[in-house]
Amino acid sequence: MNTTIMLFLLQDGITNGAIYALLGLALVLVFAVTRVILIPQGEFVTYGALTYASLAAGQMPGTAKLALALGIGAFAFDLFAARKALHGRLVLRSVLTNVVLPAIVLALTVHYAAQKPPVAVCIALSLVIVAMIGLFLYRIAFQPLAHTSVLVLLIASVGVHLALQGLGLLFFGAEGQRGPAVLSGSFTAGALRFTGQSITVYGITIAFIVGLWLFFGLTLYGKALRATAVNRLGARLVGIRTTLSGQIAFLLASVIGALSGIMIVPITTLYYDSGFLIGLKGFVAAIIGGLVSYPLTAVAALFVGIVEAFSSFYASNYKEVIVFMLLIPVLLLRSLAAPAVEEEKD
Amino acid sequence: MSALLSVTDAHVSYGKVEAVRSVSLEVGQNQIVTIVGANGAGKTTLLSAIMGVFPLKGRVAFAGQDLSRLDIEDRVAMGLGLVPEHRELFVTMNVEDNLELGAFRIERSKAKASMERVYTLFPRLKERRKQFAGTLSGGEQQMLAMGRALMGEPKLLMLDEPSLGLAPIIVADIFRIVTELRAAGVSVLLVEQNAQAALKIADQAYVMELGEFVLSGKASDIAANERVAASYLGFQHEGASVI
Repeated sequence: MNTTIMLFLLQDGITNGAIYALLGLALVLVFAVTRVILIPQGEFVTYGALTYASLAAGQMPGTAKLALALGIGAFAFDLFAARKALHGRLVLRSVLTNVVLPAIVLALTVHYAAQKPPVAVCIALSLVIVAMIGLFLYRIAFQPLAHTSVLVLLIASVGVHLALQGLGLLFFGAEGQRGPAVLSGSFTAGALRFTGQSITVYGITIAFIVGLWLFFGLTLYGKALRATAVNRLGARLVGIRTTLSGQIAFLLASVIGALSGIMIVPITTLYYDSGFLIGLKGFVAAIIGGLVSYPLTAVAALFVGIVEAFSSFYASNYKEVIVFMLLIPVLLLRSLAAPAVEEEKD
Repeated sequence: MSALLSVTDAHVSYGKVEAVRSVSLEVGQNQIVTIVGANGAGKTTLLSAIMGVFPLKGRVAFAGQDLSRLDIEDRVAMGLGLVPEHRELFVTMNVEDNLELGAFRIERSKAKASMERVYTLFPRLKERRKQFAGTLSGGEQQMLAMGRALMGEPKLLMLDEPSLGLAPIIVADIFRIVTELRAAGVSVLLVEQNAQAALKIADQAYVMELGEFVLSGKASDIAANERVAASYLGFQHEGASVI
């Protein structure tokens, strides 16, 4: 192997690793706040990517309709939960966020899909659609189970993953799609060629990590989210609703997932079920970070990306095997280093 | 004047075990009310249930409003504050962030002034404001837990065993602050094992045994009661029954 190949592989690994880092951070966030291991994260990736690609190709994505359907479901859940103390403001707010908003987005999607909208519009619509799906899924599938054990939440999570994957096949078909590059053009530095797309990946990843850091460090809602993760009862005792924190966490996770998808789909052809494997690599990083540490997760994600790049060069058939094998020594070390964590009491 | 908090015929159960049976109590405006009793009498359970942490059968009214349909978060917004036995601090966040979050339901413009008030009450917290809550001493953690609850501008502050495991000098400090709170217009419902200290500062008192109130009245009368003295204050009177 010469230096040029090594640099190429490193570059490739870091580009992928940046995306795994974003996904891993979202997984850690959702787990810390809601104790949900977010298996459907991968579906947020494919939904974002394929919605974007469909819109750019002038097709109507089914996800916009799904968002409205889930919104109506979420509205029904809100009504049922508040049945003993219904009041106008509550109903109005629920209708606006759960029904009116997705209906407007659906109308916009129908309007734009027919006329091959510009890239920026495609991105905005895809992000909003997937963000709403994430938010409504939390309301329907996870909020009613919020007080149950991690295991029950995990089962619900697997169920949501399977359902979304099936719906993905229905919406986008079995054919893979590619989307237009967010930023075209490229430049070379030495032997390396940087495409506009890879620059976009670095830029957005760094911007997002800095943004999250500022959000958690400086804003009241960011701190409230951290507080919920640190001590759920303590957070409730100062008036922070667990459901509010859960909503913010799911909103962030679905936006991060969709954004990752939009960044990948110009580079790689994505299928309705590609997201799972991508999400799983974010998961490997999150596990290496112990599902608690953000910096460790980000570093581990870059490592996963680089290992993947090198193993696809040397033994491409065993690429996934090698990446997932990383987990075994990590889990072994962790189990030796830390005493077993007991299932939470609450 | 009607009571700020009134609990009528309250029952709290863990599964089939009834930890609190048919308990009624009142806390008036500007009053310190204490519930004393041995370990396991159900005091903590009762306090947590008033806050909404456990479901409670019976009637709880605060400032004339029925609380039964309200979550913990709504009760906080109404002006009910609980400092739980285990404090439940945000241990990986600093003192200032803990306090800031205490004012989560308060207008942000008021939060700054609240924080100054808390720092005046607990100067130690100001010295340590950039330190992680988890690295504070037990006494400082108790002060932070009280400060955090006060940031929410409660009308009634419920304190669960604030003196537990603390040095006597710090305990004295905390009890002094509780009386200062009453002077500032905050009512206090205080659960204590240290009955002697609690009865000294309280206006009204209830004695709890095995999930029920066995005695209630003015704190000074309760303190003078022979049975209470024998059981909880550590004085042995001739012929007093010891439970």
